[in-house]
Amino acid sequence: MMKRNQLILGNKTLKDITDDICQPVETLPGKGWVGMFLSAKTLLLFYIFVLGMIVANGMGLLGVNHPNAWGTMIITFVFWIGIGHAGTLISAILFLFRQKWRTSVARTAEAMTVFAVMTAGLFPLLHTGRPWLDFWLFPYPNQRGPLWVNFRSPLLWDVFAVSTYATVSMVFWYIGLVPDFATLKDRAKNKIRKTVYGALSLGWRGTARNWSHYEMLYLILAGLSTPLVLSVHTIVSFDFAVASLPGWHTTIFPPYFVAGAIFSGFAMVVTLMTLVRIGFPQFKDYITLDHMEVMNKIIMTTGLMVGYAYASEFFVAWYSGNVYERYVFMSRAGLPGTTGDYAWSYWIMVTCNVIIPQIFWSKWARRNIAVMFVVSIFVNIGMWFERFVITITSLHADFLPSSWGNYAWSFWDGALLFGSFGMFLTLFLLYLRVFPAISIAEIKPMLPVGRDDHKGGH
Amino acid sequence: MAKLMPGLAAIFTEEHQILEAARKSRDLGMTKFEAISPYPIHGMEEACGIKRSSIPYVTFIAGSIGLTSALALTWYTSAYDWPINVGGKPPFSLPAFIPIMFELTVLFAALASVGALFYHAGIPRIDPPTIDPDLTSHKFAIFVPENETGYEAKKLESFYKGLGAEYVKKVEAY
Repeated sequence: MMKRNQLILGNKTLKDITDDICQPVETLPGKGWVGMFLSAKTLLLFYIFVLGMIVANGMGLLGVNHPNAWGTMIITFVFWIGIGHAGTLISAILFLFRQKWRTSVARTAEAMTVFAVMTAGLFPLLHTGRPWLDFWLFPYPNQRGPLWVNFRSPLLWDVFAVSTYATVSMVFWYIGLVPDFATLKDRAKNKIRKTVYGALSLGWRGTARNWSHYEMLYLILAGLSTPLVLSVHTIVSFDFAVASLPGWHTTIFPPYFVAGAIFSGFAMVVTLMTLVRIGFPQFKDYITLDHMEVMNKIIMTTGLMVGYAYASEFFVAWYSGNVYERYVFMSRAGLPGTTGDYAWSYWIMVTCNVIIPQIFWSKWARRNIAVMFVVSIFVNIGMWFERFVITITSLHADFLPSSWGNYAWSFWDGALLFGSFGMFLTLFLLYLRVFPAISIAEIKPMLPVGRDDHKGGH
Repeated sequence: MAKLMPGLAAIFTEEHQILEAARKSRDLGMTKFEAISPYPIHGMEEACGIKRSSIPYVTFIAGSIGLTSALALTWYTSAYDWPINVGGKPPFSLPAFIPIMFELTVLFAALASVGALFYHAGIPRIDPPTIDPDLTSHKFAIFVPENETGYEAKKLESFYKGLGAEYVKKVEAY
């Protein structure tokens, strides 16, 4: 039988694991963290200002206008929701497939999911233009008839899908954290820490009966999250696919969106994990190069899937014989006979998503931190442009040339996009200092993987 | 969730020791003892004789309620209370309601399952008893309550010492 590589390096004992993972939570942050936090927080303050301006002045600040009724807000919403999907894939789907390596990265990937969904959730709420009336999205008895929401609209399905996804992801994440909060409480040296983590741990004791129920619940939540995460991006793709616009009205959208979401999400996990490994060197024993390599393989695989989807869309546009569909795709690629106004964005997308990840065919590149960091950034950029291409190229030139028009990108569009990173990174950096970034209770049973010195027991 | 009981706790430092101790305790005919560990131990349920968790039944029932509620909600609002013609679809356009039904099934099932864990594990608990703070980090313990069949502090102490316990101590309440 082939010998497995060790999941945890450095011959750790159980106590070493607890000490290593609790260390960032129990010590004062270093200069690097403070520097990053201050930058992220400044960006967050700027973002709050931008959102305030948009709410106060209206959606007209952004480039959205006829015929481009959807713009940066929807593009960036789909971008962040997609990022979140990798976290659920790692924590739920890979758990069901018994992929033990997932344990080291699951906690942080789930945190990424929660923060990405929080960042994403603001966009559709603000995009309504009058966010103070957003409670109209929910079906509640009202004095207007009662006038109910339209359950036949994918936009309403999205309300239910995203709010369920946010709730279940947060609960799943929190349940995983409960035993670790108990560890932090028991290690606490001062009273405030003991009280706060004691409250967060809900009084968890870790008896065999508790663990038995806990493991069952974990399995159930993983089983529920798996179809849930697939449904969320499927429904996000319905927002587009149910409309009859050329370039949107295609059946390939749900799988194409889900593959793209996992692709972009894994890229973000790799971006964040490379940074976590630099910031907390002791985590290199837990998040090893083997872990990074596996994730890079997933990036390449899903990158090939989206590449296939791009090609397939072109083929179907040609094969369908529909002139509008053909025109949209020829225009996307900037072929002769079209305006090709957005061909640059299409080729940025193809370069970042299809061409650049091909470097991961090489084992050297898959195991090189600098290379994977750069590639993951390119994939993030490429996946934002994918949503830009889908949204804008279809909207700006649909059926009648008399109704065509380009997207009037404004300063506020860019500010909104960059500011949203401030929100995400602030939350993520705080998380690294307040919550254990690797699941202490889950990683310990992984200790014997690949080791020879089994003592009694099993 | 039983009330707190005084009793005896034996602390172990190795995973295989506590598995062994749990098996031996059960062989003695004890049923109420608890094995405490910082992480779930493979094989512990069999060793302690713990039955399969009943949470899946809760999940199924709550999921069914979620599904039915979503069906009732969409039918009542869209087909009964104020039917509106949207794109020529029939008032009760079931395929369009399936996403809502799916999401509410998952939402109800997930939240109810978490509630079931809270119920079974007796959490949240404001001030949980602690035997040894290392039990959430790298040590293991067997706790035997006083009402256990054949409870005899002296005998149990030497029994667990013989199984390699680091130390044995009396616990006021656990």
